[in-house]
This record gives sequence, C-alpha cells and structure tokens, in this order.
Amino acid sequence: MTGVVTMTEPLLEVEGVDKSFPGVRALHDMRLDLGSGEVLALVGENGAGKSTLMKLLSGIHKADAGHFKLGGKPYEPTNPRQALELGISIIHQEFNLVPHLTVAQNIFIGREPRRGRLLLDERKLNDNTARLLDALGLPLDPRAIVGELTVANQQMVEIAKALSYEPRVLIMDEPTAALNDAEVDTLHELIRRFVKPGTGVIYISHRMEEIKRIADRVTVIRDGEYIDTLDVATANTSEIIALMVGRAINTDARPQGVRDDREVVLSVEGLGTKDLLTDVSFDLRRGEILGFAGLMGAGRTEVARALVGADKADAGTITLHGKRIRVATPADAARLGIGYLSEDRKRYGLLLDQDVKTNIALSALRDQFTVGGFVRDRALRTKAGEFVGTLSIKTPSLDQTAKNLSGGNQQKVVIAKWLAKDCDVLIFDEPTRGIDVGAKEEIYQLLNELAGQGKSIIMISSELPEILRMSHRVVVMSEGRVTRVLAAAEATQENIMHFATLRPDENPADAAELGLIAEEGIQA
Amino acid sequence: MTTTKAPARERTQATGLTGAIKGRLQQLLAFASLIVIYAFFSIVSPFFFSYGNFIAILFSTVVIGTLAIGTTFVIISAGIDLSVGTGMALCAVMSGVFMVNMDLPLALGVPLAVLFGGLMGLVNGINVAILRIPPFIATLAMMLVAEGLALVLSHSTPIYFSDVPGYTDLSTGNLIPNVPNAVLILLVVAIIAGVLLTKSVLGRYTYSIGSNEEATALSGIDVRKWKIAIYAFAGLFTGLAGVMISARLGSAQPATGMGYELQAIAAVVIGGTSLSGGKGSIIGTLIGALIISVLNNGLQIMSIPQEWQNVILGGVILVAVYTDRIRKREA
Repeated sequence: MTGVVTMTEPLLEVEGVDKSFPGVRALHDMRLDLGSGEVLALVGENGAGKSTLMKLLSGIHKADAGHFKLGGKPYEPTNPRQALELGISIIHQEFNLVPHLTVAQNIFIGREPRRGRLLLDERKLNDNTARLLDALGLPLDPRAIVGELTVANQQMVEIAKALSYEPRVLIMDEPTAALNDAEVDTLHELIRRFVKPGTGVIYISHRMEEIKRIADRVTVIRDGEYIDTLDVATANTSEIIALMVGRAINTDARPQGVRDDREVVLSVEGLGTKDLLTDVSFDLRRGEILGFAGLMGAGRTEVARALVGADKADAGTITLHGKRIRVATPADAARLGIGYLSEDRKRYGLLLDQDVKTNIALSALRDQFTVGGFVRDRALRTKAGEFVGTLSIKTPSLDQTAKNLSGGNQQKVVIAKWLAKDCDVLIFDEPTRGIDVGAKEEIYQLLNELAGQGKSIIMISSELPEILRMSHRVVVMSEGRVTRVLAAAEATQENIMHFATLRPDENPADAAELGLIAEEGIQA
Repeated sequence: MTTTKAPARERTQATGLTGAIKGRLQQLLAFASLIVIYAFFSIVSPFFFSYGNFIAILFSTVVIGTLAIGTTFVIISAGIDLSVGTGMALCAVMSGVFMVNMDLPLALGVPLAVLFGGLMGLVNGINVAILRIPPFIATLAMMLVAEGLALVLSHSTPIYFSDVPGYTDLSTGNLIPNVPNAVLILLVVAIIAGVLLTKSVLGRYTYSIGSNEEATALSGIDVRKWKIAIYAFAGLFTGLAGVMISARLGSAQPATGMGYELQAIAAVVIGGTSLSGGKGSIIGTLIGALIISVLNNGLQIMSIPQEWQNVILGGVILVAVYTDRIRKREA
C-alpha cells in the first residue's frame, strides 16, 4: 500500500463518459475517480473499454458525452501532446520508442535541447537524461541504443520518458507484462516514489497478486461500463474476478464434451518458441471443438502460428493421427490437412482484391483445379459454387471481389478455402471477430456442423461467452503457458478468468477456493 | 474494441458484369488514350497516318513490349525488376558469344540466349525469395552486374552477327508479307504470356502473391518457390528482348541496355498494372508500350527534340497513374 488516501477532491475525475465507434458502443456512462496520492488499479476483460478510456485521456479520441476533470478543472485534451502538457502521462502496452535512437534521444524526443535554433545540444541532452535517470534510480546509460536494451529496460525507458514530463497522473497499461519478478519490484518501487500528495497512478493490470501489492483501490469495468470500486485491502481475488465477468450466460446450448474414447487426432507435446511459448501440450480429438482462452498476449495465436509453421517452433513434438509430423512451413501444414483461419482475415486470410472463387480455390488449386499447370476454370467455378451454396455465402456472384463481402461472408470464404483443401484440423482464431450478431450465429452453427462431420477444431477466442458456448474443453493460457485444460463442466467464466490471470509460476490457487468458484459458476 | 464491423454494403457494390467492366476501366482508359493520341498525331502531321508508319510503330514497340511483358509478371507479384535493361544487353552479348564466338547454330544459340535471361531471373528470384533481399536492391545489383559483364564479355566492342545466317531475319524478315517477324514474335509471346497469366497456376499465384503474400503463404502455397519461378520466367523475356534487339541491329551493343528497364516499367504502369501488386494485364502492358511508341514516333515526326519527348513521356506517366488513383478513390 502506498500513502494515505486523502479524502479531498479527487485528482482525476471521469464522469458519465460515452464513446461510440461506428457499430460499437465502446464506453457508456463511464466513471472513475483517482484520489490524490493514490494508486488505482483498473481491471476488466479484453474489450471492456480500458484502451478506449486511455485513448480519451490521452487526447487521441474525443468523448461523445461526459466530462473529465483534472485537479478540479475541466480536462479536455485534443491531442497527446496537450495531454502531456496538462499533466497526464500514459505508458501504453506497446512501446512508443524509436529503436535506433539512444535512451536520451528517446526520452526527450520532440523537445531536444538546442544550441541556437538549428543545432542539437547532444551534451545537454545526455546530462539532463543522466540526471533524470539518477533521480529515478535507474541504472541506464543515456547513450545506449534503445533497440539493444532488454525489454525490461525498454519499459524503464518508457517510464523515465513518461516521468520526465513531471505528470500529475501516470497511467500504465499492463506495465509488467514483459517483466520478471525482480523487475516488477523495481517498477513498484518507482511507483511508490512517484506517488505523493498531488499525484496519482492508474495501474491497468490483470495480475491480481500485483494489484494487491501496489494498489489502494481497484475499479472494475465491464462491457464499456463502470461496475464497482473496491478497497484492495478488503477485497479478495475471486470477488474481483466475479465482477469482471459478471454477466450471466445462457448455458442451455453448451456442449457436453466429446467422449474420451474418440481418437486423438492432433497431439501437441512441449511446444515452445523463442519469444513466448513454453511447454505447451494438449490433445485434440476427432469431432472436438477445443477452446483456447486467455488474455491478450497469452500466446494463443502464437500456438496456432507455430502449429502451422508460420512461426518457428524451437521445442516440442506434434503428432497427427498417431504419426509424428514436422511442420516447417504453412505449405507443410496445408498438405497434412491443418488449416489456420487467422483473426485478421484481411491481412492473413483473404486476397481482398481477388474474387470469391479465386479465394475459395487458392489452397486446393494445384491438387484439384489444374491439369498440366493450367487452371480448370470450369471445375473451379463449379466447386466454388457448391461451397457458396452449402455455406450460404451471400455474394452476388462468384466473380465478386472479396473485399466487397461482409465480415461474416468473408469468414465463410476462408472456411470454404480450407474445406476445399479437405483439412481435418481447422484452427479458428477469433472466428467471429468483426462479424455482426446474426452472422455470428451462422458461424457457430457451421462450427458445430463441422465438428459433427468429424472435423477437429481449435477455436481461439477472447470472448468468454463464445468459449463457453462452443467448446467441448477449454485450454486456458497465460503468459505463453497452458495453465489449465478445463472440461466443459468445469469451464465457467470465473474458472477461466482465474487461470487466465494466473502467473504460470504461481501455485495454482488452492483447491478449496477453486472448488468454490466452480460451484458458483455452475449455479449461475 | 475499436474494431468495427465492416458495413454490409455489398449490395450497393458493383456486381458481376458491371464489376468486370469496372475492373477493365483502366485498360479501356489506356486504350482510349492510345486512340486519342493516335488521332491527334494523324491530324497534326500529314506523314503520321499510314500503313508504313503503323508498322514502324509496332516494330519499334517490340523490344520495350517484350521487356514489359516479363516486367508485368514481376510487378503484379508486387516486385520490381530493374535488371531487364542491362540484362537485355548482356543477353544480346551472350547471343553473340554463342553464335559468333562459339559458332553454335541459330537453332541452339537463340534458345540458349533466351535461357540465359531466365538464369539471370532465377538468380534475382533466389536473392529475393531465399535471401530476402528487397526486389529493388536485388535487381539493382543485378542491373550493375549485367552491365559490367556485358562489357567484359564483349571487350566493350559490339559483336556483329554478319556471319550468322538468318539472324537478322528474326527481326526484319517477313514470314507474313509486310509484317516484320519481330512484330509477329511480340504478338505470339504476348498471347502466350497472357494465357499463362490468366489461365496457369503460375499466373494465379502471381496475382495471389501480389494481392497478399502472407495470406497466400498461410494458404499453404510455397511462396518462395513461386517467386523464384516468377522472376525466372520474367528473365526469359529479358533474354528474348536481347535476341530481338541484336537481331534488329545486326549486332550486340554491350552498352545500350541502361534505361530500358524504366521504359518497360513505364509501359506496365501506363497499362494499369498496380505497382503495389495484385492487379494488371498483358493487354494493358501492350497498350502502355504502344502509347510510348506512338508518342516517340509522333513527336519525332513533328520534329520535337528527343529531350522534350522524355518530358512529355514523364507527364503521361503521371497522368496515367493519377487517373488510376482517382478511379480507385471513387470505387
């Protein structure tokens, strides 16, 4: 705990803030107050509205309604620069550093000391930086190239940069995602030194254990709305998680899980990559939909990419139909019948400028639609037409350019591409992202039908309701590891969130608490 | 959370036939411009509009046209090839090495010279696809290598084909009366290239890679292999252009290649092929090459100095690309 929360006027006040983007209501009647001398934790699921709130506070977007007050005065920044000048520094999850420049050049970018009007005063720049780093107790060389620093040290540069503006409010978005325990301690030490009467910190994190150590209060938001604020000293973890997931879910449609005697189609053992994944193991059975849950950056997409050879795996074995396979490139994966449907359809899934039939036939082109190196246009058209029919892809014609289809129909085109290739294993990464509600329902039906036909499906999703509704079992990941594989009956929002926020090296929560969560979840 | 649903606007978008027409608009525009320019010169100059001059224009399109066809494949795949100009000069020299120095017969020497172009393309492809050198740099390097090699192998002097019977006939002979063979050859290879681009696996993957290389790779296509194939295939046209230019001149001129690559790229771009890849056609490229020839020919007939011809050509490129931009913005 830091300092005493003074119960005077809040340092930063957010009241009744609304923000919509075309088709999405990101924030509704959002509230928040940060006391002087306080560390306030802000928690919420993926998509709860944290990032939007940050963007409003940093002046990137403008609120549709509501107001902000900083130190009792209206706070209305129109751009990030102004936000800094008014006293709010934000450290985003993705670094905003120029890798080729030095520590000093990064910290003072845009306000470099000069000699005369034109020349940079490199010496003064480095002296100022050295003084700043000293004051913060950071053992960094002002002349070091940022790109050559460790991620932890880059994070420290970000913090030094944010603090060099002498802000009144410091906002940190998942500041410890890339840090080890010792580094987290250093960071917390910095925060404690920064927080004093007249300043405050908003600390966005998923790690409950850290929140308990550093924060005074925790504000929970969900689906763009304010839920509650608790005193950290008296709140317990499962209470906070329950507030985060909150909503009731229709459990009628939930699958019962596939019988254990079904053949294991794909078996992954000890999969690891240099960057993130460690010892990822799981089995996928015939006709099963295996959900992959976890927070942003947990490594779910990385598992998929490593499985299909899009990224290099450094460790582990993959067994398909009982035979060990080696997947070095996506071409290998496609040949073996493993198809990956990316979350970013436009970037990784579709040829946007090409027509529907070309997209559907892309993967299977050489196997099925060519003779002697020439494309059999008629056969291709017939087959593509069949898929448009069976998947009810709404398109005026097979010659329609893919970019003119709606999100749901684009997704179906990508599905058709892999079905044409006769894939047994389909990996769906966020299958309904950017797809409207009606089309979502169709995609769900389609997934169930595919599983019913004996396809094995991995479904990565950040939407818990989707995971719960579709999955026979749920693999929960956190920070590059599998923290738990939950059977359908055990899979509740609370349980999933619990394992998704677990640091993999922590002991899994004691069984009693977990059991309690599970029971509540089933009754809910 | 800022991800927004793509508005369902497919119903208001162009469909089927009208879509196809829209897709051809740039070509139609280019063709219309060609007609307009042709008509313009026919009106302002009494010497321009004649069968003889028409054939002369086609004849002068052969070299640029051949290079531009190969370049079209590379550019549709979102690549670039700067080595086709000096590469052509090197292939011309190699043609001389094979048939003059080594005394190989025509039937062997010509294919070898063409294949040599393919070999250069293969090296470009390997540099781009395997070593992952950006196409601009890889082919810039090849441009310099080819320029140097052409001078070294020829000892910086032209190689004359006077002792190779039938060589110049490849260009100036008349298999069909009143039509030079060179024009015939351009027509034939253009048709072959057009069919390959639209009907073959190579062509299909050329568009796919240019549209979205990552999605193509994730669809299970060995993008590296096909990129190498594309550059190697394009190289064959460099080789053929080397044969055609040396057959026309009756000699291999080792120092004449530089600059042709930019003319070829200009033809491709005027023809509506997008430098960002995924779009383009052989017919468009031919029209682009013809526009350049007509301009050069017409301006020459009007006695406008060469320097000004280039100024005008530059302007034409800007107008062509700008209209393409406007069209895209409206689409």
